[in-house]
Amino acid sequence: MTDEQPESARPEQGAHPAEDAGTATGADTGTATGADTGADTGTATETDAAAEQSAADAPLLRLEQVTKSYGNVAALSEVSLDVHAGSVSCVLGDNGAGKSTLIKIIAGLHPHDSGTYTIDGEPARLGSPREALDRGIATVYQDLAVVPLMPVWRNFFLGSEPRVGRGPLRRLDVAEMRRTTRRALLRMGIDLRDVDQPIGTLSGGERQCVAIARAVHFGARVLVLDEPTAALGVKQSGVVLKYVAAARDEGIGVVLITHNPHHAYLVGDRFVLLKRGEMAGSHAKESITLDRLTREMAGGSELDELSHELERSPAPPPPGSAA
Amino acid sequence: MSHSPAAPESSAATGSAATAEEDPAAGAEPPHVRSLPRRLLSRPELGSLVGAVAVFVFFAVAADTFLKASSLSTVLYASSTIGIVAVAVALLMIGGEFDLSAGVLVTTSALVSSMFSYQMTANVWVGIGMSLLVTLAVGVFNGWMLTRTGLPSFIITLGTFLMLTGLNLGLTKLISGTVSTKSIGDMEGFPEAEKVFASSFQIGGFNLRVTVLWWLGLVAVATWVLLRTRAGNWIFAAGGNSEAARAVGVPVRATKIGLYAGVAFCAWVLGQHLLFSYDVVQSGEGVGNELIYIAAAVIGGCLLTGGYGSAAGAAIGALIFGIASKGIVYAQWDPDWFKFFLGAMLLLAALLNAWIRKRAEATR
Repeated sequence: MTDEQPESARPEQGAHPAEDAGTATGADTGTATGADTGADTGTATETDAAAEQSAADAPLLRLEQVTKSYGNVAALSEVSLDVHAGSVSCVLGDNGAGKSTLIKIIAGLHPHDSGTYTIDGEPARLGSPREALDRGIATVYQDLAVVPLMPVWRNFFLGSEPRVGRGPLRRLDVAEMRRTTRRALLRMGIDLRDVDQPIGTLSGGERQCVAIARAVHFGARVLVLDEPTAALGVKQSGVVLKYVAAARDEGIGVVLITHNPHHAYLVGDRFVLLKRGEMAGSHAKESITLDRLTREMAGGSELDELSHELERSPAPPPPGSAA
Repeated sequence: MSHSPAAPESSAATGSAATAEEDPAAGAEPPHVRSLPRRLLSRPELGSLVGAVAVFVFFAVAADTFLKASSLSTVLYASSTIGIVAVAVALLMIGGEFDLSAGVLVTTSALVSSMFSYQMTANVWVGIGMSLLVTLAVGVFNGWMLTRTGLPSFIITLGTFLMLTGLNLGLTKLISGTVSTKSIGDMEGFPEAEKVFASSFQIGGFNLRVTVLWWLGLVAVATWVLLRTRAGNWIFAAGGNSEAARAVGVPVRATKIGLYAGVAFCAWVLGQHLLFSYDVVQSGEGVGNELIYIAAAVIGGCLLTGGYGSAAGAAIGALIFGIASKGIVYAQWDPDWFKFFLGAMLLLAALLNAWIRKRAEATR
C-alpha cells in the first residue's frame, strides 16, 4: 500500500492524456521505426521457427491467478501472464492499474500472496531482486535504473563486477570493464565516446538504452521494462523501442509495461490489459487492431458513453449563412 | 574527452544508433582518454587541495616559525589524529550516511581498553583486543539499527552519541571512582603497544609520529577499496541511488553496516593511540570531534547527500584542520579564533566544491 501511494500521487498522472496526444501526432516517426523492426522480426522468425515452436509450448515465465494486497487494499487480483522467448508481452494499464505491483512481483521486490509464479515450469517465490537476477530475470526501472553520479562503465557492471587478482589484491578489472561496456553498447547500436562520463549526463532515452544493453549483456532471459518511454519524446521513444526489438531478436522474453498502446502495438506480440488491479483482457497481436487496443485501453464502452455525452448538440446554422 | 573542437555536438553523448556503424572516425580516436585538466577538474578533492595550499601559504607568511621542521611535524601529527577517523567518515558519507557517534566512540574505545586491562588482566593486549570487539560492535549496531529501521542515520547515531557519552562517564565513575582511568603504564605489553600506537621516529629535525603512518596507510587502503574493488563500487552506488543499487543486486544493507564498522575500526585506532600516548583517559573527551570529522570530509569534496567524494579529499580536509589549528598557535593569535576560522573554511570549501562540480558537469 505504501508503495502504491506515491505512484498515484505523482504529478505525471495529469500529463498522460497530453502525452498520448503527442504520440498520435508523431505517429509517422513511430510507424517508420515499427516497419524496420517488423522486417527484422520477419527474418528472425523464419530462422528460429523451430525454436519458436518449442518455446511457445514452454513459457520462460508464467503468472497464473496472481494476487497481491497491501494491507487490505487489493493491488492485483488474479492476473495471468505468459512470457515466451523472443517475444514481447505488453502489460497495459492506466495509473493505479497495478502495473508496478506486477513488476515488483516479477522482479522479486515483493512476494505475491496467492496464485502461482512459475519460471521455466518450476513454481518460484522470489525473496529479493538478486534471486530474480540469478534466474535470468532483469528489470529496468523507469526512474531508478542507474546511479547518476557514477561513470557509465561502473553503472554498467554494478552488482556484477568482474575481478582479477587474488587475496587482498583482488580488484576490479577496470580496463576490461571499460572495454566491455563500450562493446556491449555498440552491439545494441549505442555509440558512447566516453564511458567515463557520469551516467547522469546522458539523456533519459540513452540511460534506458544503457540499462537494456546491460541486461542483455548479463544474459537476461526475461527483460522487464517499466514504462521505458513514459518520460521521453517521440524520437527518443522510437530509439528505445528499437532496442526493445533488438533485445527481442536476441531471443529474450520481454515484458513491456506501458500506458501507451501506440508504443506497445509497435513491438508487442501479446497484450494484457489491467484495470484497477484486475485483468481487463488478454490478446494476441493477430486478434486485435491498434484502434481496438487503444479503445479498450481508454475504457471501451465507458469511452463510448463519454463521447456521446461530449457530442455537440446539432448547432443551429450561423445567423449570417441565411443570406 | 579528447575529441577535436570541430565536433562540439559530440560532447553530449552520441547515443544515436545511426552513427554507430557508419562512423569509422569514432573508432579511430582513443575512446576513453580524457585531457588532463578535465580529469583534474572532475576530481572531488580539487577544491580542498587549492584550499590547503592557500592556508599553508597564509600561515607560512603569517607565522615565522611555521616552516620549521618541528612545527611541520606538529602540524602533521594534529592532522593525523583528525584524518584517521575522517577517512572512514568520508567513506561512510559517500555511502550516504552520517555518524555522529564517531567522536565519543574514540573515547569509549580507549576507556574499554584501559579499564578491561586494568580490571581483568595484567596484559594490555587483552584490553586492546576487547576494545576492538566492543568498538566494532557499536559500529555494527549503528549500521544494523539504520538498515533495520530505515530511520535517518542522523537520529540513530545521535542516539548512540548520547548513550555513549553517558556510558563513558557513568561506567568510568562506577568502576574507577573518578572521571579518568587508572594508569596502566606499568602493565605487561605496554611498551610494545606504545610502539604500535604512539611511538615516533626522528628523521633529521623532523619528528614523525606513528599516527601519521596509520593515517597515510588508512587513506591508501580506503582509496584502493573505493576505486578498485567491488565494495567501492557498492559504496558509491549505495550513496548515489540505493534503490537502483538494490535493484541490480548490490547488498546495500551489508555495505552500510560495513561502512559503520570501518568508522568504528578507525575510532579504535585513534582511541588506542590516545590511551598509549597519555597512559590515562579522561572519560568526558571526544564530544564535538564527530563534527570535525564530518567537516573534514565535506571540505575534502564529499557530497553530504552521498554518492560522491574521495578518501584523499578527506585527508586533505584533515590537513587543513591541522594547519589551521597549529598555525594559529605559531602565529601567536588567540586560539579562540580557531573555530571561527574553521567555520569560514568549511563554508568556503563547500561553495568552491559545489562550483567546481557544476563547472565540471556543465562543460562535459
